[in-house]
Amino acid sequence: MIRVELPANLRTLANVGREVAVSVDGPVTQRALLDALEAAYPMLRGTIRDAVTQKRRPMLRFFACEEDLSDQPLDAPLPEEVAAGREPYLVVGAIAGG
Amino acid sequence: MTTVRLLVGTHKGAFVLTSDERRQQWKVDGPHFAGWDVYHVKGSPADPDRLYAAQSRGWFGQVVQRSDDGGSTWEPIGNQFQYEGATNTHKWYDNTDHPYEFLRVWHLEPSLTDPDTVYAGVEDAALFRTTDAGKSWEELSGLRTHPSASTWAPGAGGLCLHTIILDKDNPNRIVTAISSAGAFRSDDAGKTWRTITKGLRSQYIPDPDAEVGHCVHHIAMHPSRPNVLYMQKHWDVMRSDNSGDNWHEVSGNLPTDFGFVIDVHAHEPETIYVVPITSDSDHFVMDGKLRVYRSRTGGNQWEALTKGLPQKDCYVNVLRDAMTVDSFDSCGVYFGTTGGQVYASADAGDSWKAIVQDLPAVLSVEVQTLS
Repeated sequence: MIRVELPANLRTLANVGREVAVSVDGPVTQRALLDALEAAYPMLRGTIRDAVTQKRRPMLRFFACEEDLSDQPLDAPLPEEVAAGREPYLVVGAIAGG
Repeated sequence: MTTVRLLVGTHKGAFVLTSDERRQQWKVDGPHFAGWDVYHVKGSPADPDRLYAAQSRGWFGQVVQRSDDGGSTWEPIGNQFQYEGATNTHKWYDNTDHPYEFLRVWHLEPSLTDPDTVYAGVEDAALFRTTDAGKSWEELSGLRTHPSASTWAPGAGGLCLHTIILDKDNPNRIVTAISSAGAFRSDDAGKTWRTITKGLRSQYIPDPDAEVGHCVHHIAMHPSRPNVLYMQKHWDVMRSDNSGDNWHEVSGNLPTDFGFVIDVHAHEPETIYVVPITSDSDHFVMDGKLRVYRSRTGGNQWEALTKGLPQKDCYVNVLRDAMTVDSFDSCGVYFGTTGGQVYASADAGDSWKAIVQDLPAVLSVEVQTLS
């Protein structure tokens, strides 16, 4: 299982804790992971990626293994540590505040 | 026993306020969707326990929620708002052409007869409809593809379709308003649209009586007289006696020409309410005094209603969807402020009381009269 950490507003929307686990069939890429996440939690459709264009929402970033993967190709393999469930894939909201 | 339910959308969630017919003691439930902007919550006239809520946030886009139990529990429903066909353009702030792109839902208007049918007014300005209780949304694209649509430009709040009025006597008629394009009417259930702006005059647009470009803030109608429309425009309060074909100004003795809300008494079609705001530069009430103005003559003659409202050091705004009326014999009037207060009057505006004082900034207030 792949671990995904969600920002607070999406945890509330999906009624889940800080981290969820999803399974991915086939190569573990960002696209496959996000597809699996939305399949498991349909209420998240449109909140991480635009529902029509499927583009990442501009005020969200994707991190894993201390790397910013936000602008990496969606079909590139995710780090082995993430695919093996040893490290989480982080969906992070841009920081707001003063 | 709950007989009246207020649905309050705020910048940080939704609240459901309930009371009995006396409307003196209120129970506050919420926040629902905490931390999210809730632009609008509205119940179905055909099934009062069926509610719809428009929940959005800059980070996460649009979510739409449905309740089938009067707001106790909610379920996310479809949130895909895809413009039909090739995307056209509107004018951007710098007068360049900008493609229409969906940003958020401003207003949800449930059908008067079918709880599964709801209209959604969105930014960038377009009208959507669901007929399956929100599972899917389809655009009524005749509005966005109106010949003038390429010239529409956003107001400071965005190019938003914020007003949708349905007519119980004529299911084919829909009236909408868009900031800052103007007002539009369909007489064929949303297939085709015409501008209804004749008589509107806006001093600070290049052509003051242009067909499009007027910043309409809100329109209200009394169900018993669907041909009479009242409008709070960016400047001036206007009235039409022929479904928007022609408008004339009824600002009369109002202290300012600016404001957002306008509504009509439930049983007196000539009694209307507005909350004048200082100006488009100063989005707060005048002189530190929160005053609702009531006209019992369909406009022109206005009286200030102040009993129970703060009359010093008050600098709040009342946004376009934040006033509503109930249908008890003694008509209740309600409004919410950007300071987080929701005020209620159980006597048609003669006196007021704050139901709650410290909610997040209020974006919308709707009421359901349940018995």
